[in-house]
Amino acid sequence: MGRSADLPRGLLAEFRVGDGAWPDDTGCPILHVDMDAFYASVEIRERPELRDVPVIVGGVGNRGVVSSANYLARTYGVRSAMPTMRARALCPKAVFLPPTFGLYQEVSRGVLAVFRDVTPLVEPLSLDEAFLDVSGALRRLGKSPAQIGAEIRARVFEQQRITCSVGVAPTKFVAKLASGLCKPDGMMVVPKGRVLDFLHPLPVSALWGVGKRTAEKLVGAGLETVADIAAAPVPRLRRLVGNAGAEHLSALARGFDGRAVVPESAEKSVGAEETFEVDHFDRGILRVELLRLSEKTAMALRGKGLRGRTVSIKVRFADFSTITRSRTLTSATDVTQEIYRIACQLLDEQVPPGAVRLIGVRMEQLADADSSGEQLSFGAPDRGWREADTAADAARSKFGAAAIRPASLLNTRPRPVGYHDPKPE
Amino acid sequence: MKIRVERDGLADAVAWVARSLPSRPPVPVLGGVLLDAGSGSDGEALTISGFDYEVSATVGVPSTIADGGRTLVSGRLLADITKSLPNHPVEISVDGSRVAITCGSAKFSLPTMPVEDYPSLPAMPKHAGELAGEVFGQAVSQVAVAAGKDDTLPMLTGVRVEINGDTLTLVATDRFRLAMREFTWTPDGDVEDAAVLVPARTLADAAKSLGSAGSKVSLALSASDGLLGLSGNGRNTTSRLLDAEFPRYRQLLPAEQSASAIIEVGPLAEAIKRVSLVAERGTQVRLEFDDGGLRLSAGGDDEGSAEEELPVSFTGDPVTIAFNPGYLSDGLAALHSDKAELSFTTPNRPALVKPVGEEDKVTPGYLYLLMPVRLPG
Repeated sequence: MGRSADLPRGLLAEFRVGDGAWPDDTGCPILHVDMDAFYASVEIRERPELRDVPVIVGGVGNRGVVSSANYLARTYGVRSAMPTMRARALCPKAVFLPPTFGLYQEVSRGVLAVFRDVTPLVEPLSLDEAFLDVSGALRRLGKSPAQIGAEIRARVFEQQRITCSVGVAPTKFVAKLASGLCKPDGMMVVPKGRVLDFLHPLPVSALWGVGKRTAEKLVGAGLETVADIAAAPVPRLRRLVGNAGAEHLSALARGFDGRAVVPESAEKSVGAEETFEVDHFDRGILRVELLRLSEKTAMALRGKGLRGRTVSIKVRFADFSTITRSRTLTSATDVTQEIYRIACQLLDEQVPPGAVRLIGVRMEQLADADSSGEQLSFGAPDRGWREADTAADAARSKFGAAAIRPASLLNTRPRPVGYHDPKPE
Repeated sequence: MKIRVERDGLADAVAWVARSLPSRPPVPVLGGVLLDAGSGSDGEALTISGFDYEVSATVGVPSTIADGGRTLVSGRLLADITKSLPNHPVEISVDGSRVAITCGSAKFSLPTMPVEDYPSLPAMPKHAGELAGEVFGQAVSQVAVAAGKDDTLPMLTGVRVEINGDTLTLVATDRFRLAMREFTWTPDGDVEDAAVLVPARTLADAAKSLGSAGSKVSLALSASDGLLGLSGNGRNTTSRLLDAEFPRYRQLLPAEQSASAIIEVGPLAEAIKRVSLVAERGTQVRLEFDDGGLRLSAGGDDEGSAEEELPVSFTGDPVTIAFNPGYLSDGLAALHSDKAELSFTTPNRPALVKPVGEEDKVTPGYLYLLMPVRLPG
């Protein structure tokens, strides 16, 4: 959450699970489990000599951002998503490390396996956090939700040597708040009857969906705490945050959150993007980058057994104005060259000239490769780009990511700074 | 300019010219129609024309001319106005920079655009031959259905027109299907063989509006100027040719087949429509042919599935093949016949769809070649 600084301290102590104190957790089947400073913790696990120094994982170039910082680094004011330059200024003696995503994915899989031992109702939000609905598992395990939470924490540490924090609550929203408030290495239970006592003193920014802008708007209107929102008439909220937002905030502030834990939601899109070290005008350079990103995206699709019908590109200019343009194909594809061809068309036809700061490729309208056939076209060889891609994937899985690459990418850096792994949106 | 003209003839003519005008003209004059009274060869005719540098359209309307002259007005507005005028003679007169349209008690006054800024229309190229309007209209519609819509592949957005003696061949393909129609026409004695590429949308529009029953359409061509002309029913239109290489398509036509089926078009088209309700957009229908008949199926466990069986007269090795349902339906609809022959080589090679006439004999002159969908796994 990263917002615990502006929270009333007494409140935290009250709900935090300490030694021997077991709050009433009946009617609290939702667990939110969040790894503590995940990337940094994994790096420290690999290099124990870093245990007592500030560790910052992120893009190490000029434009990199902090992906993760251990708690020691955070005492210097370092936060994730902060530009690395800023973090360096705040904490010059920190150890800066580039991310090793493969390792994090491996650890994440191990952690998810622990969750799935408890219940199949696991909804991963990212590599390092997930919701669990343990209501069905209570009787089978003969334990209460908080006991399950404690056991998960113990097992994750035992198996992966990293710590996590757990929020236990009647709803997803409250569980997530709770885990954020008991970090690091803690657990918090919000009993069903005390949800409002827990929520109401919190600042409005704690509400899910309230970012900096909305918070400013609400505070400007005199609504500073969740209690203020709960007490505000919905029509007044509508004027402030619009129709949908008003209902949503009012419900959350009164402790309602109807969202169920949905295991492994189907992915809606897969993509990759890149922030350049310096802004680029040169379309040639942009196209090379599109090829690299198309390759990454197509590989991710093939790895997940998916194909997409809509190719979209995103371009952020130096002034941070951002456009996305998309085109839908006749049939779904996972072929690098097809995605690249459309991405280039979109760049050439629909992106005005200018200094580009970030460029991205994304595939949408995904379908299982197993169920979607491939529309054949005249004159295309029986074995084409798809077969070449599959063969290259096989070689890469044996000999590493650099084993086979498009020739035009050969003299470029193997892992660009600030690169984000394709992940679901 | 001051003229009098019959309402119906005027409305038809303006509507026809205005439909080929760009909806968002790059310069305002290109959204105009040119009214020209008395300078044509027939002194009593009003000529109405439109041109956007790609397509030109010109039509003559009988009229009584008091004062000759030329004026340019917004095509869309004039089409809307003439369409809704009452059935009385229409008087059109130009006064300074405005044109007045009077019909019965209805009066309109429109601003004109500068005639001198209007591009001069291309001259009709050299006459090449004549076709029966009906045949031409049908042939173009049968072929244009397979033309591509992706402007990034311009060579696939056209219909290839081949003149080969008294045989005219029309072909279009979007890479996934190819439609070809051959028919006889009446070429002028000295017409050389030629092959040109005409924008499919323009050709289809022109053929539909020129090729009425019993009429003759004349085709004019100047490959060197990159211009095709078509005239019929007093209407003349020209189109720029596409300057792109059409794929070498004859080699795509299968030389042999391993199986073929003759089937009623109507029931098959209906069944495809039903079965593909469960196929998500862009996914395939499966066709399993054997001696017992045809089994159509689509979908899967997740999205729901459907199947239907149809009688078919089948010869050859049993085959299971899948198609994009939209492409297959397009082909069946383009046959204009009650029965169709579908023939196959392998499930990953193109299938051939042809119209079938009496005694289950293939009617020569048309074919629709369709690439299948490769089934997963």
